[in-house]
Amino acid sequence: MPDGAAPVLDVRGLKTVFRTRSGEVHAVNHVSFSLQKGELLGVVGESGSGKSVTMMSLVGLLPQPPAEVRGGQVLLDGRDLLKISLPELQDIRGARVGFVFQDPMTSLNPVFKVGDQIMEPLLRHMGLTKAQARTRAIELLELVGIPDAAARMSSYPHQFSGGMRQRVMIAIALACDPDVLIADEPTTALDVTIQAQILELVKELRQKLGMAIVWITHDLGVIAGIADRVMVMYGGQVVEQGRVAEVFKHPAHPYTRALLKTVPALHGARADRLMAIEGQPPILMAEPSSCPFAARCAHVHDRCRVENPQRRDLNPGHDVACHWEAPHA
Amino acid sequence: MLTFTLRRLLLAIPTLLAISLVIFLLVDLAPGSPMSEIPLTVPPDVRQRMIEAMGADQPVFVRYVLWLRQFFWVEPAQVINHWFGTDFAAGEQRILSWQSRSPVFTVIGQRLPQTLTVIGTAYLVGILIALPIGIYSAYRQYSVFDQLGTLFAMIGFSVPTFFSGTLFIIIFAVWLGWFPTKYDTMMEVTDWESFLKQLRQMALPVLTLGLANAATISRYMRSSMLENMVQDYVRTARAKGMREKTVVLKHVLRNSLIPVVTVIALGIPSIFGGAIITENLFGVNGIGAALILAIHASDLPMVQTLAFIFAVLIVVFNLIADILYGLLDPRIRYD
Ligand SMILES: Nc1ncnc2c1ncn2[C@@H]1O[C@H](COP(=O)(O)OP(=O)(O)OP(=O)(O)O)[C@@H](O)[C@H]1O
Ligand SMILES: [Mg+2]
Repeated sequence: MPDGAAPVLDVRGLKTVFRTRSGEVHAVNHVSFSLQKGELLGVVGESGSGKSVTMMSLVGLLPQPPAEVRGGQVLLDGRDLLKISLPELQDIRGARVGFVFQDPMTSLNPVFKVGDQIMEPLLRHMGLTKAQARTRAIELLELVGIPDAAARMSSYPHQFSGGMRQRVMIAIALACDPDVLIADEPTTALDVTIQAQILELVKELRQKLGMAIVWITHDLGVIAGIADRVMVMYGGQVVEQGRVAEVFKHPAHPYTRALLKTVPALHGARADRLMAIEGQPPILMAEPSSCPFAARCAHVHDRCRVENPQRRDLNPGHDVACHWEAPHA
Repeated sequence: MLTFTLRRLLLAIPTLLAISLVIFLLVDLAPGSPMSEIPLTVPPDVRQRMIEAMGADQPVFVRYVLWLRQFFWVEPAQVINHWFGTDFAAGEQRILSWQSRSPVFTVIGQRLPQTLTVIGTAYLVGILIALPIGIYSAYRQYSVFDQLGTLFAMIGFSVPTFFSGTLFIIIFAVWLGWFPTKYDTMMEVTDWESFLKQLRQMALPVLTLGLANAATISRYMRSSMLENMVQDYVRTARAKGMREKTVVLKHVLRNSLIPVVTVIALGIPSIFGGAIITENLFGVNGIGAALILAIHASDLPMVQTLAFIFAVLIVVFNLIADILYGLLDPRIRYD
């Protein structure tokens, strides 16, 4: 992907908190990243690291309250999505930013026909007639590999398998040719062979349609397979970010290193879940004033406990938020 | 769906037969005599002949079998004759009220319209009030509106209609004089003025029953909306860029209505139950008032027939609720 060109999506200093009964939870703290046209950014981090909250904050999909996006900028082609009105945001959702969620079993409305659910964003954003939307919806179903698409238009979600439903979700997300597709663990709820099929499908669609993709996953093997860049999140912040080959070869953050160690064989077998690191991720009741990983870090020293490290560049396009200097191995 | 409906209808037959027998026996056990309203000056042998003439001296099983035959054959035949000009079951004895000596179904036919206009309107009004309140309360959970809705529902739940009805009569009819205290059954709507008058006299009973119904239904609507509002498909709808109106009034509402419609259908027979109190309170000469009168007079055929009709309504609306559920929820398949 061409470096230096203006990114489609540029997120700067995003901060999201949840107001709960027991206080504020600082789920996302000053997260910055950008996405070039046609690029695939993989996002990893264990459960609760703020991946979903970050992505949902971009287009205001979190229920507010309890959520509150408290700061930062989300620039889509230079326009700040945090500053525009709800109707303007609704014009962008589904049209320029598409979402695919984790659980295909519950993400479709059970009482409407699949075809109608695909046609809905088409009618909403594209100004098509019903007949045109129908034709386009059938094309989309064919595009995501659903056989006998025209007949399946009038099926209900419960008549589809999990993998098929996720294909439908992808069809919905891609319906209006978005610039950015955000896929939040789209294969986690599916069994392995179906996962592989969905991955193949996305790779193929990316070739065809050329949208930028944010792919959230627990599976480093998937990242190695499809991503251009990887962003590692921990405790609501970005701890390391860089090109996949570079980060996998020279991981600089102790957390990234630990993650990579939990993967048995990077090329080939499927990676393990990321649960194997000792200790628990923190629940942030205040903005962290120390490194959130300090309690579990193998290389922790005094400074880590009093100062939350800023992101610093290691190489062009590879940065880390850590006080420790990783030896180049 | 058709097979399901037919099977359920067939199953309903033994159920209803059993219910009818129980009703018949229970009502028969009740103390009291159909002669209790007849003046004591009537000599005993005349009384005896009156009882015999009504067939009230027959053993209970004879009366039961006779009643069954009348209810399921003679009375339907009358309806068919009326519609198609046939003469089935001609000259056969219909179910007669001991009290008025006229056929029970003639009495019901006269009184049903009163019940349906007043009580039916009240239920409809109740639903029309309840749905928007329930929807909006859920959409703005814990808002002032929602709190007021909760308060309203709590009052509606806990205050019995005979109390709220009396209160409304005192406030709106006696003190303010806006509405009449009694419902005039004989009034006929012929022009605009009498129509307004009819509306005014319906207002208090409709308000009383309507609020009670609205309280229950609005709670169902609210909790069903709340349950659906947090579902993943709602987030999907928002992620597609749908307007809030579409998200709530199409995606969430369509799912939330499934259980609520069922509850509404199941509640329809109980309209008639609730009518008993309200009709007496406001002097509406409907089915409920007829039942009370018949009970006082030990008019067993009337009581048994009305009680059985309530039972039929309950069974029928249970079936309707199930069918509606199947129609509204594509995941349900009855076969
Ligand atoms: N509704 C909420 N109320 C309070 N806190 C919340 C809420 N939703 C999320 N959080 C907090 O935000 C943090 C980040 O959650 P998020 O869902 O983004 O994690 P994630 O990285 O997507 O995890 P997973 O891999 O399990 O999907 C969590 O630790 C949680 O404490
Ligand atoms: Mg998540």
